[in-house]
Amino acid sequence: MIVGVGHYLVLSAILFTIGVVGVLTRKNAIIVFMSIEIMLNAANLALVTFAVSMGDMAGIVMTLIVIAVAAAEAAVGLAIIVAMFRHRETVNIEAFNVLRG
Amino acid sequence: MASWIWLVPVLPLAGVLVNGLLGRRLGKRAVSLIGPGVVGAAFAAALVIFLALLGRPADDRTLSQTLYTWLSAGDFSATVGFLVDPLSATLMLVVTGVGFLIHVYSAGYMHAEDDAGFARYFAYLNLFTFAMLLLVMADNFLLLFVGWEGVGLCSYLLIGFWFKERENAEAGKKAFIVNRIGDFGFLLGIFLIFGTFGSVAFADVLPEAADTLAPGGDLAYWICLLLFVGAVGKSAQIPLYVWLPDAMAGPTPVSALIHAATMVTAGVYMIARAHALYLMAPAILAVVAGIGALTALYAATIGLAQTDIKKVLAYSTISQLGYMFLGVGVGAFTAGIFHLVTHSFFKALLFLGAGSVIHALHGEQDMRRMGGLKADLPVTYWTILLATLAIAGIPPLAGFFSKDEILWRVWEAGHPALWVIGFATAGLTALYMFRLFFLTFHGGFRGPTEARAHVHESPPSMAIPLVVLGALSVFGGWIGLPHALGGPLGGIPNAFEEWLAPVFHAAAEIHGAAPGGGGTAADGAAHGAPAIEYALMAASVAVALLGILLAWSLYVRNPALPAVLSARSRGLHRLVRDKYYVDEIYAALVVRPFDALSRFAWRAVDDGLIDGLGVRGTGWLVGLGSRVASRWQSGYVQGYVVVFFGGVVAILAYYLFGG
Repeated sequence: MIVGVGHYLVLSAILFTIGVVGVLTRKNAIIVFMSIEIMLNAANLALVTFAVSMGDMAGIVMTLIVIAVAAAEAAVGLAIIVAMFRHRETVNIEAFNVLRG
Repeated sequence: MASWIWLVPVLPLAGVLVNGLLGRRLGKRAVSLIGPGVVGAAFAAALVIFLALLGRPADDRTLSQTLYTWLSAGDFSATVGFLVDPLSATLMLVVTGVGFLIHVYSAGYMHAEDDAGFARYFAYLNLFTFAMLLLVMADNFLLLFVGWEGVGLCSYLLIGFWFKERENAEAGKKAFIVNRIGDFGFLLGIFLIFGTFGSVAFADVLPEAADTLAPGGDLAYWICLLLFVGAVGKSAQIPLYVWLPDAMAGPTPVSALIHAATMVTAGVYMIARAHALYLMAPAILAVVAGIGALTALYAATIGLAQTDIKKVLAYSTISQLGYMFLGVGVGAFTAGIFHLVTHSFFKALLFLGAGSVIHALHGEQDMRRMGGLKADLPVTYWTILLATLAIAGIPPLAGFFSKDEILWRVWEAGHPALWVIGFATAGLTALYMFRLFFLTFHGGFRGPTEARAHVHESPPSMAIPLVVLGALSVFGGWIGLPHALGGPLGGIPNAFEEWLAPVFHAAAEIHGAAPGGGGTAADGAAHGAPAIEYALMAASVAVALLGILLAWSLYVRNPALPAVLSARSRGLHRLVRDKYYVDEIYAALVVRPFDALSRFAWRAVDDGLIDGLGVRGTGWLVGLGSRVASRWQSGYVQGYVVVFFGGVVAILAYYLFGG
């Protein structure tokens, strides 16, 4: 079996869907955060796939930028989660609805 | 000369400003100098103007001054301008002269007020004088209306002067509202005048009336009727007289000045001023005469059974105003104005005298608790006696000449039925006035004995105006001696008629058919029927004497008799005493339905519809929408994410499958 563009894209879609479901259903903030990372990397995979198949380096450059931003986001996001935990002694996101209208 | 006639109304206005703004600080002493002082100065100015007019030839006795253009819009313009002719000069003298005496009297009468109340009183009284002068000096209908409303305002303010008692405030409101009904008609009349003549200035309207209006035509009919509605309200005629008796809630000098001598006669003045219009509408003149006669008789009967001394005088005023309207209604404008002048003398005196009695009895107004005050109040007694004789029509006092003049003109104009009413009223007038007189001053004192001990004659500031008005009540009528008497007495002319003749010459020309209807002295001396005139004169003196005799026998000789008589005809007595239940009828027919309508407008329309549905409903709707919308704002991030993904999916689906 030759692994082609289609297979990479399907994997990317599967990963993205796993990420979405994780974000929507999990209550633990850390897991939600990890699901977001999965979604980012699913998108990266799709970008790299198209870049290689089309011989265009722009997609790879974009991916590098996303990885850099994701690293920064991980630092900020984890810091926020730590701060949330210090405040409420939990990382269950259902405990954080103070912005309710 | 003409350049400073504005000073006459402006002097009292200055008094308003000083007393109104600074009076409280100046104190009573200063206010009691300034208040009467400015009116006295205005009287002096009016007197100078009068003498200047007198020095001119009869057909040149008109001064006018336009201060500035007040309103100007399109074709419409109204000026603030004054017109002084013999008619307005007469009224100016009455307003400032009688007004001055009453101001002086007030300084004594109102002495118990505190500084603020005293200053407020004189500010209002000066404001009234200003407005009344504006009314009589205006050179157009609109400015006249300003004065007309101004005196109405002052009347309201002064009736409710002691506004802390609810009853007084209610009386003020009643006067104001009833007057508004009349003013509404008056205003419509002014609109119609402007619509017809394109101007509201007397100089444009009155000389044109005969050319523009068809005699007896619809337009003349409506203009005069609407103006007369205003006069009915202001001058307390049937059916709008009900406010005047209640107006007695005000201080007694106010009753004397506003509700007897000056303001209520404004309607008579207005008709006399607009007589050129009225002569074009004979039907309305007949209405004026009819209502006048009816009111005269009607109010006189009510006056018979009242026990409050001021109420008797109030109904007497309504009755005498009826005489004036009867006079102008038959085209005898001079006679109507003559009676206005003499009435202002003796009625002001009667009110001031009554005030003196009330003052002496510390506020007692019920004649059933008076009596035998002759010895204690000699000045009041004698002056009131003069005024009572004058109003009863005993020669040679003022009331005799003016009332007789009216009755004679009524007869001469060919209205025997109206003459009979006027004649009967003359008898009733003598009866109820002497009833008042005897109940107050003769017999024994019927009040509590401690009140008797405190009875005292009034201070000079009150007694002197009484004496002056007493003199005027005696001699005031001599200015208008009828030709039938003046001729045989050595050709004494009717000075008053000659004085006013230039104003009413149009009336004389048109009424030329009726002999002597406002004619000149030469006509008068020539006119034909002195025998009838003498007979009528004798008849009215006789009926007046009869009334006095009846009052004497009922209230002096047999004081028990009135009670027996009223007990025997209880229904009739109660009907008259309760004023024919007109107030109750008005309450049932007008006031209560209107109250219900107002309550409906308040509760249902304003509270329910506008506030409830409109204002609170809108708020409730917005609140409801917000509550629904805020459900979305759950604070749970995952909820937002679901929507967000839903949105992304929807957009993708649209581009993939929809587009």
